[in-house]
Amino acid sequence: MFVPFFLELRKAKVPVSLMEYLTLLEVMAKGLAEYDVEKFYYLSRATLVKDERNIDKFDRVFGQVFKGLEGNLDGVESSAALIPEEWLKKLAERHLTPEEMAQIQSLGGFEKLMETLKKRLEEQKERHQGGSKWIGTAGTSPFGAYGYNPEGIRIGQDRSRHRRAVKVWDKREFKNYDDSVEIGTRTIKVALRRLRRFAREGAATELDLPGTIRATAHQGGLLDLKMRPERHNKVKVLLLLDVGGSMDDHVRLVEELFSAARGEFKHFEHFYFHNCPYEALWKDNRRREGDIVPTHQVLRTFGPDWKLVMVGDASMSPYEIAYAGGAVEHWNEEAGSVWMHRLADAYPSLAWINPVPKSSWSYTSSIGMIERLTEGRMFPLTLEGLDLAMQNLNR
Amino acid sequence: MSRFQGTDSYVATEDLRVAVNAAITLERPLLIKGEPGTGKTVLAREVANALGRDLIEWHIKSTTKAQQGLYEYDAVSRLRDSQLGESKVHDISNYIKRGKLWEAFEAPKPPVLLIDEIDKADIEFPNDLLLELDRMEFHVYETGQSVSAKVRPAVIITSNNEKELPDAFLRRCFFHYIRFPDPDTMAAIVEVHYPGIKKTLLSEALSMFFEVREVPGLKKKPSTSELLDWIKLLLAEDMTPGQLKERDAKNILPPLHGALLKNEQDVHMFERLAFLSRRDGR
Repeated sequence: MFVPFFLELRKAKVPVSLMEYLTLLEVMAKGLAEYDVEKFYYLSRATLVKDERNIDKFDRVFGQVFKGLEGNLDGVESSAALIPEEWLKKLAERHLTPEEMAQIQSLGGFEKLMETLKKRLEEQKERHQGGSKWIGTAGTSPFGAYGYNPEGIRIGQDRSRHRRAVKVWDKREFKNYDDSVEIGTRTIKVALRRLRRFAREGAATELDLPGTIRATAHQGGLLDLKMRPERHNKVKVLLLLDVGGSMDDHVRLVEELFSAARGEFKHFEHFYFHNCPYEALWKDNRRREGDIVPTHQVLRTFGPDWKLVMVGDASMSPYEIAYAGGAVEHWNEEAGSVWMHRLADAYPSLAWINPVPKSSWSYTSSIGMIERLTEGRMFPLTLEGLDLAMQNLNR
Repeated sequence: MSRFQGTDSYVATEDLRVAVNAAITLERPLLIKGEPGTGKTVLAREVANALGRDLIEWHIKSTTKAQQGLYEYDAVSRLRDSQLGESKVHDISNYIKRGKLWEAFEAPKPPVLLIDEIDKADIEFPNDLLLELDRMEFHVYETGQSVSAKVRPAVIITSNNEKELPDAFLRRCFFHYIRFPDPDTMAAIVEVHYPGIKKTLLSEALSMFFEVREVPGLKKKPSTSELLDWIKLLLAEDMTPGQLKERDAKNILPPLHGALLKNEQDVHMFERLAFLSRRDGR
């Protein structure tokens, strides 16, 4: 009955299995949907989607597959006709992935945006009953305006004004939960938790039941209690943060990462650097002139069992990495690459987390240099990237 | 079969009602996720109330094992009793302690079983319960007894998303994500908890609350339960809407903000904002 829907969901990378599909059919057979589109939407969502990150994808597919059903909801058609601009905006939103939008913004490629949209709209023509109307409008200036100004397509703005005209799944309220779009302190914490490694440490306070039974049997039935230490998270994290300059754009994200990391690890130390680590790091960003710590001292203090996490955009002049005296703020005796090698040697588990979107890494040569210096262990500051970084550190 | 429609003390949005009813009808577990403080745990209590069923709560901690939900064999006290020469030591079933699942399976009337914060437990925990939740039966090895549910209980599982749950487990559940309520729903929720609260005070408090939530960079956004606490305080202090509104540039922190902001860094941030707005005001 809903096979095309099911297949489309799978195509959109919503992990649905046959079992869930059968459950949906079972629910339908019990008449729970009551022949109401919205109920059916909620029902299929509760059955097929098991993670809020996938709800947005689900909404998109649902809207696509069940386009014809919109007539059932009164007033949609007419009010939609009144607000073509909003619909256009929604179209742009739906057809360009956030990555594409970021790309357009970074490249300033207006033609590409128009092309993609046109192509997508043409594809839609057959399936979409009101298609010709939208394409007609899409070609004219209002859309051009949005195209010129990527700000105009920004997600989640002035959508609420006409909310009643938009169907539930078209509201796409779960957009923020999709993959890498929203990354808050809480989500970062969850990602960082991957790094937890429990080990028994400290005073013996917990009853070791199997041990006790074994020991008691050994004693011929005389009770012999065995205790063992409790489990603690033993991971040690050394965090080096790039501050100032080009990092200003990423302050909010990095702050969230920092506060999440601080709450998550018991053994946690942080230092700041600027662009590339050299012979000195500092602990307090406001007193960077006076309060510096020699990098050698850091290397000596924290042993190889610490995991080194560096956060920086690695966007700088190549001289700052490759040559002595290349640093922007002071005269460095040794090149940044020398210090990067030292850090990489001292800490076998290392990850460089870069807040710059991965798609634009190739435009900055210094990012490539740092990536080579970290032996490819550079990860974007997205949930997916953090996950990969944590997996990598755990090896 | 009775349907869950929300209760006098709990506002359930339609999508939540649909999910709950689907889970009850098909007798499958319902997995509830959502921001902390949006009423995940309370839901189980309310479903039990609305359907007139008993509620069995099983709160999960990081040390909880799946086995503990079924039964526990108290080997230590049996060992001790054997040394003291007690007679009950000969019957092993004296040392089997029933877990929450067992309780739920044996109940004469189908209860509502709440498995609270399943993500707190070990990663293997949900996997260990797969068969038990699916077939609603398990085996007691020590006594050779088989326990199966007379009537399948309604199972509600909450998660705070601290760990990913295994796919095999998810496939057997219905899922609902409790979104943060919009202002209208919020007003309905407050009305349910504090009936008769003055309209103006409520709207003033709500707009202030949503304003606080909008402030970028908050470490912990206040949620529904915090709002309810705050309103309780406002009522206890007998605040008038005017007093609440009387929040000029020199005092940007909402009155009794301790109920809303639970992090001193957030409070500092608000104070900094206050300072900035005062400077701009001049």
